[in-house]
Amino acid sequence: MYQLKFDQKVCASCRSADCLLKCQYMTFTGHKEAHGEMMKIMKGKDSRVLSECMTCYACEEYCTRGNHPFYLISEKREEKGIFTAPRPITNQWINMTVMQGKCLVGNVKDKALSCCYIPDLGPLGTGEIFKDVADAGVFGAEFMCPAVHTHFARMSVIKERLPIVIENYRKLGVKEVICLHDECYGTLTSIAQAYGMEVPFQPVYYLDYVLQRMKELKDKIKPLNITVAYQRSCSNRLIPDKHALVKKIFTLIGVKAPKRTYQDENALCCAEILRSISGYKLADDVQKRNIDDMLAADAEYCVFNCPACQTSLAEKVAKRGLKPVHIIDLCKMAIGEKERGTL
Amino acid sequence: MSDILQSLIDIVGERSVSNAPEELWFYSRDPGVLAPHKPDYVVAPKTTEEVQKIVQLACREKVPVVPMGNGMSLAGLVIPLKGGIVLDMKRMNKILEVNPMARYVVVEGGTSQGALKSYLQKNHPTLRHSIPDAPATTTIAANVSLHGQGRLTNQYGFNSDMVTGLEVVLPTGEICRIGSPSIGPYWISKGPTMPDLSGLFLGWLGCTGIITKVGLKLYPNKKFRDAELFVTDRVDLIPDILYKLTHLEMLEDINVWFQPKPLMFLGNYHITIFFTGDTEEEIEFKRKMIWDCLQEHMDAKDGGFMSIQYMKAMLLEMPGRNIADFADVPKGGGFEYSGPIAPIEHFPQYAAKVVELAAKYNVLYASTARLISGGHSMMYSISFAFNRNDKAMMDRVEQALTEATAFALDMGGIPWKPNHKEQKMLLERMEPNARRLLLMIKKNLDPQGIMNPGNWEVNA
Repeated sequence: MYQLKFDQKVCASCRSADCLLKCQYMTFTGHKEAHGEMMKIMKGKDSRVLSECMTCYACEEYCTRGNHPFYLISEKREEKGIFTAPRPITNQWINMTVMQGKCLVGNVKDKALSCCYIPDLGPLGTGEIFKDVADAGVFGAEFMCPAVHTHFARMSVIKERLPIVIENYRKLGVKEVICLHDECYGTLTSIAQAYGMEVPFQPVYYLDYVLQRMKELKDKIKPLNITVAYQRSCSNRLIPDKHALVKKIFTLIGVKAPKRTYQDENALCCAEILRSISGYKLADDVQKRNIDDMLAADAEYCVFNCPACQTSLAEKVAKRGLKPVHIIDLCKMAIGEKERGTL
Repeated sequence: MSDILQSLIDIVGERSVSNAPEELWFYSRDPGVLAPHKPDYVVAPKTTEEVQKIVQLACREKVPVVPMGNGMSLAGLVIPLKGGIVLDMKRMNKILEVNPMARYVVVEGGTSQGALKSYLQKNHPTLRHSIPDAPATTTIAANVSLHGQGRLTNQYGFNSDMVTGLEVVLPTGEICRIGSPSIGPYWISKGPTMPDLSGLFLGWLGCTGIITKVGLKLYPNKKFRDAELFVTDRVDLIPDILYKLTHLEMLEDINVWFQPKPLMFLGNYHITIFFTGDTEEEIEFKRKMIWDCLQEHMDAKDGGFMSIQYMKAMLLEMPGRNIADFADVPKGGGFEYSGPIAPIEHFPQYAAKVVELAAKYNVLYASTARLISGGHSMMYSISFAFNRNDKAMMDRVEQALTEATAFALDMGGIPWKPNHKEQKMLLERMEPNARRLLLMIKKNLDPQGIMNPGNWEVNA
């Protein structure tokens, strides 16, 4: 079985304890307490973090020393039989994502376009931007990154299934897998690396691909001249170095994203997982603060990177006057493939 | 041509009578597992007077008459077990009156659920009726005559409790009004404050007369409907969860269901909670009340609310289509259920029985319970899917259903819309004086024994 590579010395010698001190859902009195809680977790002792963590993934970004605090917390939770969300919800996700041989594989050659196990991704990966890879889509549990199970502290599921997913891609003979979901790219890079799993192909982050294509399509771009608020996804925390791509794309297509309280490292999650874990009170509070903040920035659109975030928030932002749109559709608007206001 | 055929033609015209084999084939069966039996004639009257003449003819000739709505009970309730005349009511489909202030509608005996729903949406959008999860072509009169349930059953009881008056043709041919329409123009009460004669017809499955008009209560149609879906893997908690939910006294409908396929549903029990409101604030208030009342189960990690954004439109459909989807899982599109009315505290035992029967008879199960009247009881569906082209599978389903009914009776439950075999099982257990009372009513109302014979056949 794969083991998490977690350097205890790095954590023990940490002078910031940012992984916990920056957490937006737990509060600590200072470095001493936060560091102390991490030490307890590392040593397999009980810690309030194990019952209070909301699984926003952000500590993976806050730790700048290459350790994996969130994966460790999840490992220890599972070891101790602690459930984050209610047990039946946890098991429902495990059952729902079982590989049953019902995957869809397009005309895959050296590249595959990963639609994970999310139907909404298929329509996004189309049009001029994806014209070279649109028919190379793969979809289904067999190609689903199992990272979602970190929300439920079921790392054993990831360790069991991710090698099979990687092997399924290998069998396709691909050299590159373009991941349309942050979670897939984060899984194939961050999680696979953390557990020492070899990935025999090149994972490509879709916003890298989109940025390159938009540069190639520069002549078709008509600046949108709109103001947006960007909803960062939890899984983007696994690949924080890719976050800058959003601004580059916005600049290229004439989109302004004014400074907000809850952006970048301080972004709030879409809160749907918070609803599952703790109920509506925290989730409603987070969503309200988030949308208030978007409106305070005079945003016209709420731009999503993740279909799950979009499902969670689209109706809520729309009710408050913001137009929900996925960043790919925003790019399609810029090159005239989609009309404004019809999304 | 027989005298009876000619007499029927004389009553309703040639186009509305048939004894053609291909027509009789269709009218000999329903979608359940019971064996078909052909009628001798099919007739589709247009008026109460035509119904009366047909019944008078049948009474005179001692020919069975089986009144039929859309024939979708699944329990073979309109299979003409002893042949005779199937009386297809679908041409009597007029919506006769809506009294919006008194919130009732009067419809003819063949009016479909879908027609009334559509009519109200167009003409009285603030009113609704209790729509069952049956195809839209099923009829209102048939539904109340078998004590059907619908979307408003948790709030207001069986759909037959919502009847505000009846017009029936008795087995001897008299036309009779029941309830307030028997003494005045208003269809506001099926019985009270008089002796409630509607009980002579509701639940009798057409064995005591033919319903030609129904008065039905209508209810406020709120601007918003919404749903939540609570999931638990502890069957023993279900009665407590239902008790807490019904204590809120604000829910439109509550369904409890479990099934092994698709895999995401395996191992869990799902409680779909429907609620309505005229403002978003009302909806949000009710949503919070629902979540709050089950918070302790969330805190214990025993249950939680599913995110249902992607399936909400399907959940809110009226009627729901998911039952039909289930029927086609083993391919061949068949399903049938035993639906005992039972106390909610027995849910765990019923749930265990469903799984036991499915394993014993090697059939696919699904189970959906609907709460009745705020939790005084529930309709517990023990449902099995089958391939209509697989006789052996259909036989196994029939055996499983019979065993399910026996189990329900042992548990003190009452089979809902029992087929003729289940009716016998029920009557055998009935207290003798009650059985004699049924016999007395049946013999007096239907002295020739012509009405839907084979059903509710009471022996002294």
